[in-house]
Amino acid sequence: MDRTLLLNKLWEYQHKFGFVSKSAIETISKELNVSTIEIESVVSFYHFFHNQPTEKNIIYLNNSIISDLKGFENVKATIEKETGCNFGDYGNSEFSLFETSCIGMSDQEPAALINFQPFTDLTPNKVRKIITKIKNGENVKDFASKTISKIQFTPEDDKTIIFRNYELGKSIKEGIKFTPQEIIDKIYKSKLKGCGGAFFDVGYKWQSCKSNEDTEKYIICNADEGEPGTFKDRAVLQHIPGLVIEGMVLAGYATGAKEGIIYLRAEYQFFKQKLDDLINEFYNQNFLGKNIQKIEGFDFDIRIQLGAGSYVCGAASALIESMEGRRGEPPVRMWSATKHGFKHKPTVVNNVESLAYASRIIELGEDFFLSIGTKETPGTKLISISGDVAKPGIYEIEYGTSIRELLGIEMSQATAPYYVQVSGPSGECVSPAEFDRKICMEDILCGGSFMVFNRTRDILHILRNFMEFFKEESCGVCTPCRAGNFILNEKVKKMQRGLASNDDVNEIKEWGNIIKLSSRCGLGKSSPNSLIYSIDKFKEYFNLKIPPSNESQNVEFDMENAIHEFDSIIKDTQL
Amino acid sequence: MKEVTFKIDGRDCKAEKGQNLIEAAKQNGIFIPTLCYFKHLNPLGSCRVCTVKQNGRTIAGCTVSIDDGMDIEVNTPELLDARKAILEMMFVEGNHFCPSCEKSGDCQMQNLGYETGIRYTRFPHLFVDRIVDARPERIVVNQNRCIKCKRCIEEVITNDGYKVFNFTNRGNQTLVSVDYEQEAKLSESQAEHAMHICPTGSILVKGKSFGKPFGDRQFDNSNANKNIPLTDIKKHKTTNLKKKRIATTSLAGCFGCHMSLLDIDLGILDVIELVEFNKSPLTDIKKFSDRCDIGLIEGGCCNTDNIEVLREFRKNCDVLVSVGECAIWGGLPAIRNTVPLEECLREAYLDSLTSEEDETVIPNHEDIPKILNKVYSNHEVVKIDYHIPGCPPNANHIWNVVKNILFEEEYSISYPEFKYD
Ligand SMILES: Cc1cc2nc3c(=O)[nH]c(=O)nc-3n(C[C@H](O)[C@H](O)[C@H](O)COP(=O)(O)O)c2cc1C
Ligand code: SF4
Ligand code: SF4
Ligand code: SF4
Ligand code: FES
Repeated sequence: MDRTLLLNKLWEYQHKFGFVSKSAIETISKELNVSTIEIESVVSFYHFFHNQPTEKNIIYLNNSIISDLKGFENVKATIEKETGCNFGDYGNSEFSLFETSCIGMSDQEPAALINFQPFTDLTPNKVRKIITKIKNGENVKDFASKTISKIQFTPEDDKTIIFRNYELGKSIKEGIKFTPQEIIDKIYKSKLKGCGGAFFDVGYKWQSCKSNEDTEKYIICNADEGEPGTFKDRAVLQHIPGLVIEGMVLAGYATGAKEGIIYLRAEYQFFKQKLDDLINEFYNQNFLGKNIQKIEGFDFDIRIQLGAGSYVCGAASALIESMEGRRGEPPVRMWSATKHGFKHKPTVVNNVESLAYASRIIELGEDFFLSIGTKETPGTKLISISGDVAKPGIYEIEYGTSIRELLGIEMSQATAPYYVQVSGPSGECVSPAEFDRKICMEDILCGGSFMVFNRTRDILHILRNFMEFFKEESCGVCTPCRAGNFILNEKVKKMQRGLASNDDVNEIKEWGNIIKLSSRCGLGKSSPNSLIYSIDKFKEYFNLKIPPSNESQNVEFDMENAIHEFDSIIKDTQL
Repeated sequence: MKEVTFKIDGRDCKAEKGQNLIEAAKQNGIFIPTLCYFKHLNPLGSCRVCTVKQNGRTIAGCTVSIDDGMDIEVNTPELLDARKAILEMMFVEGNHFCPSCEKSGDCQMQNLGYETGIRYTRFPHLFVDRIVDARPERIVVNQNRCIKCKRCIEEVITNDGYKVFNFTNRGNQTLVSVDYEQEAKLSESQAEHAMHICPTGSILVKGKSFGKPFGDRQFDNSNANKNIPLTDIKKHKTTNLKKKRIATTSLAGCFGCHMSLLDIDLGILDVIELVEFNKSPLTDIKKFSDRCDIGLIEGGCCNTDNIEVLREFRKNCDVLVSVGECAIWGGLPAIRNTVPLEECLREAYLDSLTSEEDETVIPNHEDIPKILNKVYSNHEVVKIDYHIPGCPPNANHIWNVVKNILFEEEYSISYPEFKYD
């Protein structure tokens, strides 16, 4: 067996037996000729692989902040009551319940995956019905929710780029009129920036992959969409998946790669079959396979690789580790992926949305693209809006649109917005004073997640949710992120208990900066952002959270709390 | 190989192109702390204590290969502090009870603590319950001390090419786990090699860990003539030269620090010239009769009485000093912090060998203090001005600090005086 097939193998066991047993691990390790601990280390890294038996039905309930404000607690309690199990336990004879990080349904929260089928807009009532049906032996596939997100906004007709008419193969047919170098030049000229969060120049990336002599190269489509609050990649893959496939084919044509892989997050496996069907259609019409459109030597294949539940695997370098059958630890960076990527070969990793834009640029021409948006970021951008808005969903906006417009009556219709989280927990929070900022390279960028919170929401509660997320999703390989986020989370807890002093607030900033400075990958480098920024941006709020300080005591020592445990033990043990 | 020039902190340095920065810096007389870095392994870049700046960007120094014209920053205040902080994170993340650790004195992590001058950790100790795995054939893995540096994972391989260690879980749950089958294949010397490459006391070989007698500890005197920079010690302003008043107390400690106070032998006579003792076990004065210039606290807070005494000291002393590890972060008594209080009390009073069922109770009376849910460090309860590390700190060290604080005497501390055990 090839190590790159390890994740698939583990999925086979997970799906068939509900867990990856000791003996399965032994079998696999023999096949791969490695020690069993090496396979165990991979199994235990991924959230969706279990090393002890799970029950027939596994429920993963999303615990993101959006789920939380849409009624997570009630739904959770109802699930526990109806199934008779507790979350985090391996359950009774029928159910195993687990919480999970954002599953990409923020416009339809609370949402859960039951046996990896989506159930959205959950209410206690709905939960009761679902559990009854499952208990009656119905197949969850038959009554799962429709998850397709609403496209709430597109720019006036002639400016829409993504969500316009789609005709299978049109971009490819247009593309092959040009030489590979001309394709790259067109993308380069369009200034297309990566939409996965890092906004790296797409043309530059393709060029540096092309410039490598190697005959074996890879195009990877990053469909790991893990940033809480974003669901635009899912929207693209459900509405116009063809655009993404064509983007990959064009990238292959331009760079000389012959193989493309879609790394699809495990949470999205419920629509994997549809994607596979479409890929087959591409093969049938000779838009994939050998000698595409009768061009001698233009071969390109696409397969889908399923992830297994890990946010950090969305980071390009960790994603490659994961595809090679290892833990998703971002490796020490010695080369860029365009030089030594997947299987150590030149590799382009692009986000779903970036590839869709690439197709459109080839189809519609770069001049059209350049006529829209701002100077540094031409074109449009997909934004997933969720939270305290009347119209959650997908917004295709022209670059340069302001936050105020996004919140306004023409768009998402937010009610008393107070705290807006742009680009997810690792992005930046924005206060009302900054609502006139514009989404573009020149001002504030947005990777896709746009979460809106109104005045009644508690900021510390939001931040706590973010810190718990990072604590859970840190890969654990480097000290500042693994230990630092844990420590920061303790600080936030202290604040929530009302025990923080001004010193604590300053320490959060200092410590956060140390974590940012010294962490190995983007996760640790951005995890303290919201916490640090919010302290300055929401001064009024934080001032209220800090009790007046006392000269000789750092904080009021909580004696009650400190002796509570002893008192209750004594009550129970005296003769 | 081509020789190139590059800069460290503005100084011109020379090295071979492509050489590792850690080595290159060393050749040029500049020390960059490391823990996971191991010469012949590919850089692991996991511990981050080697964090430096390369052309303005922070990066793990051990992952940098020298190139012509590189501009490296190593000893800027920001970086010195960041590296120290990372090391402090390691101390609080694990459970490092140096006085009871087999590796103490021979431990690279502890040594770096001295090198960077850590007197107390700015972070609260996390006291996570971690296992000690004694199941392997030859070795014991003590998860309390593991810093997840990955050295053992990469370096310890059986003769037939299998890994013995690997990470399991992720995030703050990450552990170094042992493959028992492969471990059994290790020879005695391979097992000892594993123990030696571990920069902490996490990997021990059964029957070998006390092999090296205390007192012959490789780091103790290696820097004997070196002074540790304690640059962040603040200066106190006192001009008035009348006799200073001192108070001392022992909270949840073992009185070892007080014994150490007396260890200056005849020096105590000099001290008496300069200071007078108020409330202290040394004088047996029970109540403060006057305001004191300085209070020395041994031990942390494990019960309600400790809290009250500590608060009284804060009220009556101008300057408060935590003396010894227990006072600074809980020390040995805090070993109980990783176990729930109920379990501790049951073990001690109800389920111990000498206790009889339905005969013994957990002591409880209004005259005896209540046990707190965990052992608290003093600075979690009141404001503490200085920390003197050591278990116990040596007598000269303590008095030097006291004299420095009270009389602004020149203060420097030499390497062997600075101890966590
Ligand atoms: C912690 C972390 C998580 C990431 N998650 C994703 C993700 O879910 N999807 C994605 O496309 N990019 C993600 N990225 C960004 C990728 O590393 C990479 O920049 C991107 O996939 C490149 O594609 P693009 O240039 O087309 O955006 C993540 C980065 C980090 C550091
Ligand atoms: S920053 Fe966090 S996620 Fe990234 S390598 Fe370090 S521990 Fe892993
Ligand atoms: S000697 Fe080293 S490993 Fe042992 S407790 Fe101290 S720092 Fe930790
Ligand atoms: S056991 Fe030792 S060598 Fe292995 S990772 Fe832990 S600290 Fe490093
Ligand atoms: S020594 Fe460089 S990261 Fe550990």
